[in-house]
Amino acid sequence: MISGHYQHRLGEFQLDACFELPATGITALFGPSGCGKTTLLRCIAGLQQADYGQFSLGGQCWQDQNQCMPSWQRPIGYVFQEAGLFPHLSVAGNLRYGYRRIAVEERRITLEEAVEATGIGHLLARRPAHLSGGERQRVALARALLTSPRMLLCDEPLAALDHQAKEQLMGYLQQVVDEFRLPCLYVTHAPHEVARLASHLLLLQQGRVLASGVPAQLLTRLDLPLSQRHDAESLLQGVVAEQQAGFGLSRVRCDDIDLFLPQLQHRNGSPVRVQILARDVSLTLERPRDSSILNILPCQIDALHNNGQTYALVRLNLGSQQLLARITQLSAWQLALQPGQQVFAQIKGVALV
Amino acid sequence: MLASLNWQPIWLTLELAALTTLLLLLIGTPLAWWLSRTRWRIKAVIEALVALPLVLPPTVLGFYLLLLLGPHGPVGQLTQALGLGLLPFSFAGLVVASTLYSMPFVVQPIQNAFTAMGPRPMEVAYSLRASPLDAFFTVALPLARPGLITAAVLGFAHTLGEFGVVLMIGGNIPGQTKVVSVAIYDYVESLDYASAHLISALMLLFSFVVLWLLYRLNRQLNPDNERHPS
Repeated sequence: MISGHYQHRLGEFQLDACFELPATGITALFGPSGCGKTTLLRCIAGLQQADYGQFSLGGQCWQDQNQCMPSWQRPIGYVFQEAGLFPHLSVAGNLRYGYRRIAVEERRITLEEAVEATGIGHLLARRPAHLSGGERQRVALARALLTSPRMLLCDEPLAALDHQAKEQLMGYLQQVVDEFRLPCLYVTHAPHEVARLASHLLLLQQGRVLASGVPAQLLTRLDLPLSQRHDAESLLQGVVAEQQAGFGLSRVRCDDIDLFLPQLQHRNGSPVRVQILARDVSLTLERPRDSSILNILPCQIDALHNNGQTYALVRLNLGSQQLLARITQLSAWQLALQPGQQVFAQIKGVALV
Repeated sequence: MLASLNWQPIWLTLELAALTTLLLLLIGTPLAWWLSRTRWRIKAVIEALVALPLVLPPTVLGFYLLLLLGPHGPVGQLTQALGLGLLPFSFAGLVVASTLYSMPFVVQPIQNAFTAMGPRPMEVAYSLRASPLDAFFTVALPLARPGLITAAVLGFAHTLGEFGVVLMIGGNIPGQTKVVSVAIYDYVESLDYASAHLISALMLLFSFVVLWLLYRLNRQLNPDNERHPS
């Protein structure tokens, strides 16, 4: 269990964040610019002195009213937004910088393991100036791992990367977190990264914790700003059930319903997470016939949110999971949608995250 | 012709410049670090004091140093009480004066290098378990190397060329305080232009070669011209 409470005043801005997070998997610290997510991460790393700070990881206290462990003693691995590789050292020199400073008996991750897990074996002799953005971040990740940390802290590590490098680094990060069983706090303002990586989500707004929980649940909560965004989405958990190679499709089973996705590389039985944008979901009262839309799912209206604007949000129960639909207010009124009502959701786009 | 040259002022000058540069690097580096990191208001005062020799006529600095270090000055009384004797008109006095006089030429390039580095490299080092002192030596100093080299070159060169302060505080004692610039002045005064020419040309050549070697070294050490953390 990770628990902490930080209070800090910076001019007009007031951070007052109290949180309890699982000590496994990736927890996304998510919120708009200026919500204090980076400040919070820096406080946890000990790089920022807070007016009041309390933090513990797995029962081990790092700071409270009486004591504060300096940042260079905290067992963390920090990946900065711009990698922060030392330009006067080679890649290998960068990797060894932290590694050499860890007592031999405390080293749990070897040079070979870290290099292997991040795929940087061919870069060791290079200078940081001769690396691409994605390569730099992988070296930074390996360098952080080599301090054998108890927790990984990532501050928007993908912000400066192109799309392809982003996808690749997310793969490496997920793999590293799974392989070394490292809890990871991951600061981001990109919903896609939350959907792809996070097993837990801490929502921040104006320096305060707005909500903390499983991403699939928080994404579909109608009282949170996530569902109000134009790219509001829901996440469904499923397993690959069947490949329909002839049509270039894969069938994914979510509870007791089927979804068709463009063909996946996964083997049958693999668990997958799919994301569905709320604006790609439309509702009908009866099952439409002769439609080109493949994914038409029977579901039940759980709740409706009407904010007096053009659009209404509808949360749907789909077995034990939930789906978000964004339709116009006018449609909601014309169809006389009510909680509890059975409807059909037509889904125009499903993507693997 | 070289055989007839009096080498004493030349060795003395080099000794003075080397010692002063070394002292300035030892004092100036921590001072520059502090100036680049502190948020105290006193910072501006210290910066102004360090920069004073840039604008003051050397004779003004020399005059005040003479008063301070002299038998009736506070520092002079202290050095006497400590059994060190008086500093003016001695080699030690010259070192003290040169150190103060060349201070801005050493502190400013180093301070600029530390400032340009920003706080991030040190934070990265802390996150990799380096203590502040460890990080200073293994990250801050290597990253500031171009600034340190510039500082050393400027400090050395400036000390070679000083005249006014030397004359005020050191006088013209052969083997003790008679440095090249004073010797040249002496030769010219006594109309010995040949000697003045020779020693001046040697100084010119030497200064040029030292500067050229140091800049070339700096260039070789930075093939990618990478001065900031990526």
